Amino acid sequence: MARALINVPAKAKRGEVIAIKTLISHEMETGFRHTTTGVPIPRNIITSFVATYNKEEIFRAVLFPAIAANPFITFYTVATESGTLAFEWTGDNGFSATESATITVE
Amino acid sequence: MQRHDDGRRSRRGILKAAGALAAGCGAAILVRPAWATPASMETAIRNVVGAAAMKPGKVALDIPPLVENGSTVAVSVAVESPMTPTDYVKAIHIFTEKNPQPNVIGIHLGPRAGRATVSTRMRLVDTQKIVAIAEMSDGSFWSDTVEVIITLGACLEDVI
Amino acid sequence: MTKLEFVRSGVLVIGLCIMAAQSSAAEIPLAERRSGYDFLSRETRAMQDDDTANPGMLWVLDGEALWRAKAGTAGKVCADCHGDARESMKGVAARYPAFDPARGRPVNLEQRINICRSEQQQAPPFPYESRDLLALTAYIARQSRGMPIEGTADERLKPSVDAGRALFTGRQGQLNLTCAQCHDDNWSQRLAGNLLTQAHPTGYPLYRLEWQTVGSLQRRLRNCLIGMRVEPYAYGAPEYVALETYMMWRARGLPIETPAVRP
Repeated sequence: MARALINVPAKAKRGEVIAIKTLISHEMETGFRHTTTGVPIPRNIITSFVATYNKEEIFRAVLFPAIAANPFITFYTVATESGTLAFEWTGDNGFSATESATITVE
Repeated sequence: MQRHDDGRRSRRGILKAAGALAAGCGAAILVRPAWATPASMETAIRNVVGAAAMKPGKVALDIPPLVENGSTVAVSVAVESPMTPTDYVKAIHIFTEKNPQPNVIGIHLGPRAGRATVSTRMRLVDTQKIVAIAEMSDGSFWSDTVEVIITLGACLEDVI
Repeated sequence: MTKLEFVRSGVLVIGLCIMAAQSSAAEIPLAERRSGYDFLSRETRAMQDDDTANPGMLWVLDGEALWRAKAGTAGKVCADCHGDARESMKGVAARYPAFDPARGRPVNLEQRINICRSEQQQAPPFPYESRDLLALTAYIARQSRGMPIEGTADERLKPSVDAGRALFTGRQGQLNLTCAQCHDDNWSQRLAGNLLTQAHPTGYPLYRLEWQTVGSLQRRLRNCLIGMRVEPYAYGAPEYVALETYMMWRARGLPIETPAVRP
């Protein structure tokens, strides 16, 4: 179950800079580990995270194996108008997860 | 007095055991592939920055100087910038010196960010330097470097 | 007087009062007990305190979904009998392991969940350490967050507490160590770079940075046993339940912190 925990303020004032916290469950297997018999464990990570605000991209990150498991990313954006913030994670082995949150801007 | 003797004996026992444990755990830390070197970090940085010079300043890399466990280290990068449509931070990159791979994360922002601050959690394989680089809208590059000390857990679980 | 000398002199007095031949260490005085939280770095504490940043919360959310999911041939949902977990499960984790009269022995929370699954929901029990079992246990234990661990004198638990104490204070394994030597006698000292805690199970199931995932107390005890060079018991072994019963009694009064974060 790829579960994500998003924290977006429900309400904000126009022009206010708001913090967005995102947490998604993913093991982020680095590809550098081996089993006890020396067999390499293949890489399986989230490689990209994109956030859009009413369909316009506001944040993009390229992730590497050095990002800890269950990637946690906090960033900021200006509350411009009411609408939907959408988040998409993509990664190895066709991994894809999306979440969204609505915000009311006064 | 009986109690005191037990205490002294057990303490010596613990010091001996700690040695055995540390040696045991050392053997359990498995074979690793060749780690990154300062040179490969340089190459990775050049791939992003090109031939431009990196100036120290404007970037604040916030990471604890001493870490209990290298598998999850909170890191935050804050870049001074008005974040207006003509003067903003375009990208933030983080690199490490000794991880098996030098790149950590590459972040792309715009003036809509309001604040050029990003936090995440990263993995650090050993005591090493971490470098954060910010690319500004005017094409300039700024950086900050921090050295982090990692202590490893004493009782590691077997892998798989 | 250093803290260790003070604890040792206190222990000396208590030790003389204890008649049991096998106790090589006496318990930490009640007023000096501290949860593993107190030994964390500032950043790890911040990770635990913020529900929007605590990775353990991902499992709690999964557990909430499981609470409302139909299971087994009976097609029952946990909520059918237990209603809103926020009300019905409040205080449960604080008084587990609890005595099960039908079985004549204590069961821990994971076992209780599996008993409900097989007997009430007619569903196969979750394997130990499976994501589903951890999620549901974390969700239920989360409802007791902030409540003090009871550890009250249920007379029927006494044999288990005593058996657990014997395991905790008895020498075992290749290194001939006891749990008490580190966790009663030498807490706040360092072992191979790590700060020794008092070993109170206040936040289980918890997110361990070493595992990069949520795990149970039994998994953590297995880690300890492997580190001590003791052959670990199989998951679900009565030794773990005895140890857990003793450790929860030893931690009585400390608040539940599930889902905790530990290095």
